[in-house]
Amino acid sequence: MIDKKFTALAGVNPPQPEKGILLDAPLANPSPGSISKFLEWFGDLGIFFWRVARATVTPPFEFRELFRQLDEIGSQSLPLVALAGAATGVVLSLEARYSLTRFGAKSLLPAAIVFSVIHETGPIITGLVVSGRVGAGIGAELASMKVTEQIDAVEASAVNPYKLLAVPRILACILMLPLLTLAADLCGLVMGWVAQALVEPLSFHQFINSGFKGADFNDFLPPTFKTAVFGLIIGLIACFQGMRTQGGAAGVGRAATSSVVLSSLFVILADVVLVKLILIFFP
Amino acid sequence: MDTIDQIAAQPEDAEKDSSVPAVAVEDLHKSFGTQRVLNGISLTVKRGETLAVLGRSGTGKSVLLRLIIGLQNPDSGSVRIHGQDIAGLALDDLGEIRKKMGFLFQHAALYDSLTVEENVAFPLQHHKQEMSKSEQADRVGKLLEEVGMEGALQKMPSDISGGMQKRVGLARALALEPDILLLDEPTAGLDPISSGEIDDLILKLQAEHHMASVVVTHDLHSAKAIADRLALLNEGKVVIEGSFEELQNSDIEFVREFLKHS
Repeated sequence: MIDKKFTALAGVNPPQPEKGILLDAPLANPSPGSISKFLEWFGDLGIFFWRVARATVTPPFEFRELFRQLDEIGSQSLPLVALAGAATGVVLSLEARYSLTRFGAKSLLPAAIVFSVIHETGPIITGLVVSGRVGAGIGAELASMKVTEQIDAVEASAVNPYKLLAVPRILACILMLPLLTLAADLCGLVMGWVAQALVEPLSFHQFINSGFKGADFNDFLPPTFKTAVFGLIIGLIACFQGMRTQGGAAGVGRAATSSVVLSSLFVILADVVLVKLILIFFP
Repeated sequence: MDTIDQIAAQPEDAEKDSSVPAVAVEDLHKSFGTQRVLNGISLTVKRGETLAVLGRSGTGKSVLLRLIIGLQNPDSGSVRIHGQDIAGLALDDLGEIRKKMGFLFQHAALYDSLTVEENVAFPLQHHKQEMSKSEQADRVGKLLEEVGMEGALQKMPSDISGGMQKRVGLARALALEPDILLLDEPTAGLDPISSGEIDDLILKLQAEHHMASVVVTHDLHSAKAIADRLALLNEGKVVIEGSFEELQNSDIEFVREFLKHS
């Protein structure tokens, strides 16, 4: 029965948007019509997710494409994520120093930086930077393939386009986000220490000891691994928006824009839910 | 009642049975929003036969090809490949049928991140794992030689002309040795000499591979050169179907008008 349902949806291209509709428009201008379009979009996304999930667990597996995407999404994003993490560490150090000094809690500065970076700023900055860089890249690449009929050519060659194009990109996003978060955390902590040490001499050893005092794995692992969910969101939305594009070059532009806008938005919304869940399950 | 084994054996038997058409579409309807594109099309193509589908731009010729290969679903009607209805097939089952079909897209649709060689090797890498890399390379070399592109192995699609892209697209469509070849405007956008070369190439390949072919075109000269039968579409319906001579002798006004302007 499930097969039949899948079938009716399967042999054709992903659900298509109405021509000319920017899919983040319902969010920008909510009205009864746009809300129903947004709900329709959610339904189509659910169908897309089902097809991708099915393609993920059925052989053959596209390992070569997965490794290519791990490099493309992971290694290529590393410099940008590291730089964003480092800048965040500096800003946090400067801001926290100013605030904590005012309230007479300057001694808590290393802990404030460490906890801020590993709990929230490292993961969310990584999620947003990757949704910008990778979301736009995937959205534009797949949209370009779609409008030039390359995705149809994949399907006409009896190759499952979800398996070849969507699954490796989404899996690569899921696997690389936690690793990139570690890089952002590390750069944030190092540069946070540098910013503090320039004002008031403090060894890195002292900074880390003082910062991690009282911290345990629950402070570190759940926030880092929650970024795998960000990866799922970024990969899924970017592939979905790219593979349902219509309308030539303008459609490619719309797909890239909506991939970034929607994936960033949903990363932030998911973060709200995940933070609450982490506080409940890892107090 | 048929056993499961008998049901599974049916498509293969149908492929061998020459009385079963390679492609049969029946009462096909397709609309996009309020625009009705196909309005009850019925056509058959026998094994080894070439059917040219003619018509004005926007009459649903390309949509017909996309329905035949299952890239889109009809609103109603059926598409049978070697006697097997493709409606409602799961993607994997549809894939098995598509392996027996080659598709040349209107703009070739070569993968722009792959070289010419990799484009032609793509179907082999996914469906002929039993072939070694060197066997695959030999097959790709032979296919490109057949279409006169043996010197362009390492070129990117963006580095070759439109006519050359169509030749490479044709080589890719033939990679899995299909029984059925679907050609979407194979000569569109080409100069008369390149068009003639593509026509000659299609004729040569048909003679060598004995495939059933459906050629969508608005180029009457090309259709006359490569097809056994022609079908003329207008307003989503088949106006006339037959040989070129039958079209020439037709009294139907639209047919006369079409031939006059071709």
